[in-house]
Amino acid sequence: MTKVLEIHGIKKHFGGIRAVDGVSFDVNKGEILGLIGPNGCGKSTLFNAVLGQLEPTAGRVMLDGHDITGMRPARLSRLGVSRTFQLLQVFPEMSVRENLILAGQEHRGTMVSRLFGPRDAGLGEAADRMIAFFKMSHLAGEKAGGLSYGQQKLLDAAMAFMAGPRLVLLDEPAGGVNLTMLGALKERLRAINSELGATFVVIEHNMEFVMSLCQRVVVMAEGRVLAIGTPAEIRANPAVIDAYLGH
Amino acid sequence: MIALLRSRPAACALAIGVACILLFLPLTLSRFGNYMLAMWAVMTIAAMGLNLTLGYAGQVSLAQGAFVGIGAYATAIMTVNGWPLYAPLLLTVALCFAIGWLLGYPALRVQHHYLAFVTLSFATLAYLVFRNEEWLTKGTYGIFGIPRPTLFGVSLKHHLNFYYFSLAWLVICAGLMLWLVNSPWGRAFTALRENPARAQSLGVDTRRYTLMAFAIGSTMGGVAGVLYAPLVEFIDPNPFGLPLSFSLLLMVIVGGSGYFLGPALGALIAVLLPEWLRDYTQGYYLIAYALLVMVLLIYSPSGILGWVERRTADARTRRASLARQAAVPTYDAGSAS
Repeated sequence: MTKVLEIHGIKKHFGGIRAVDGVSFDVNKGEILGLIGPNGCGKSTLFNAVLGQLEPTAGRVMLDGHDITGMRPARLSRLGVSRTFQLLQVFPEMSVRENLILAGQEHRGTMVSRLFGPRDAGLGEAADRMIAFFKMSHLAGEKAGGLSYGQQKLLDAAMAFMAGPRLVLLDEPAGGVNLTMLGALKERLRAINSELGATFVVIEHNMEFVMSLCQRVVVMAEGRVLAIGTPAEIRANPAVIDAYLGH
Repeated sequence: MIALLRSRPAACALAIGVACILLFLPLTLSRFGNYMLAMWAVMTIAAMGLNLTLGYAGQVSLAQGAFVGIGAYATAIMTVNGWPLYAPLLLTVALCFAIGWLLGYPALRVQHHYLAFVTLSFATLAYLVFRNEEWLTKGTYGIFGIPRPTLFGVSLKHHLNFYYFSLAWLVICAGLMLWLVNSPWGRAFTALRENPARAQSLGVDTRRYTLMAFAIGSTMGGVAGVLYAPLVEFIDPNPFGLPLSFSLLLMVIVGGSGYFLGPALGALIAVLLPEWLRDYTQGYYLIAYALLVMVLLIYSPSGILGWVERRTADARTRRASLARQAAVPTYDAGSAS
């Protein structure tokens, strides 16, 4: 199986605190991988160290066999790596539609060709389709900051899909999203996964969401990998039950 | 055009009204009135540039006045020596774009009030150059007799003609700015202001857009300076000190930072209101002006257009909830009678 992302011994220390302490695992092409673990176990810090938001203390990250350790986020994004953040990150003063167009426009052409190109960077229709899929058509022109928390969370995830990414890292996409829309999110994720062959890494505390969606699950505890396996294996793993899932 | 008229009749009526005022009001004004209106147009151009850097891209700059100065000095020096106006215009555009780009570099490291101080030092530096490099700028003695150009055989010596010339430039600059902020670049600038980390994760090269916001905004300041010099016909370093940069910042904030028409309204208040107040309050006009600005900003920190937007949004929500109420059948109403 081809590896899209290889994480080799990533460490991120803040002074004496070892937030991530030597994490290694591979992400296979086309899979949906879950990343779970108790609060503060270093999941989000790992994302940040892998995707250039933080400089890792040690370790290497490979994308398709190329070293991308410490590469700037904007460059990574243009290589087809997309992400969401744990705290929602939309552009509150821009409309829903503008948020989505922005999320895709920097992947099209050059800065100069975009300036003289169409006003919507040729992404208006794609944005409208995405909006319709998440049942937000009536909100397309509203400022993103005026949406409910759950809707903003969905928009946040939808933005990560706009550029037709190869690898998407989602940090708690389900928090605050109602059950119906959670189903829509799962459906969209699967569609992008099967149609575009995009790979996903999903941090989530909603076990039902993770276990039904992911082919493999990585469990972290105290900055290290505790277990890797299929959802069934993880559910049965005594160490995981002890540290996270509970009896 | 017709469609626009139909969909937003109020906005179209307002636009036509404003166009009529800008075109015909000056015919009824004194020479000084026309001079002040031309000053309004010139300052609006400079403030529009700052509105791009600050309002859209979120990068604080207290150096916009310095770029007006650079444009004005380039124009004064060159036109006094017989060059036609387009020569300093081209030079200013190139010079201010390059210097603005360089001034953007500190913004890649520091933000907000730290950035304000960096740009403030640049403004001070520029002022010192205007004042001390006498071989070039004639220092505090100033440069006299800056000629006004002749356009298509029409001399712009008359204030009214120069006003129309400035207004034409304002329309050109505003058109370019409108085109820019509605382009994908405008979207990227706004994203840079709202959340640079997220913008980066979506592939926005925040470094380049930051530098570009400074470069383009500063260029607009320079263009305003190119018009300023022949408008006032005499320049010395004083008008291009820190107060001008602060005044341009005031125009952007008071009008509504990040709103396209903010600078025009802000310049109206910063350039014309003090002169108008002078007629009514004699010696106290600056005090009255300062109090008015303070009250306005306490009442609406997001400026005039921020207030207008809040009001229209409120009215829309109120209409929408009234419509919802009307749509929901109520059971108790009417049953009593």
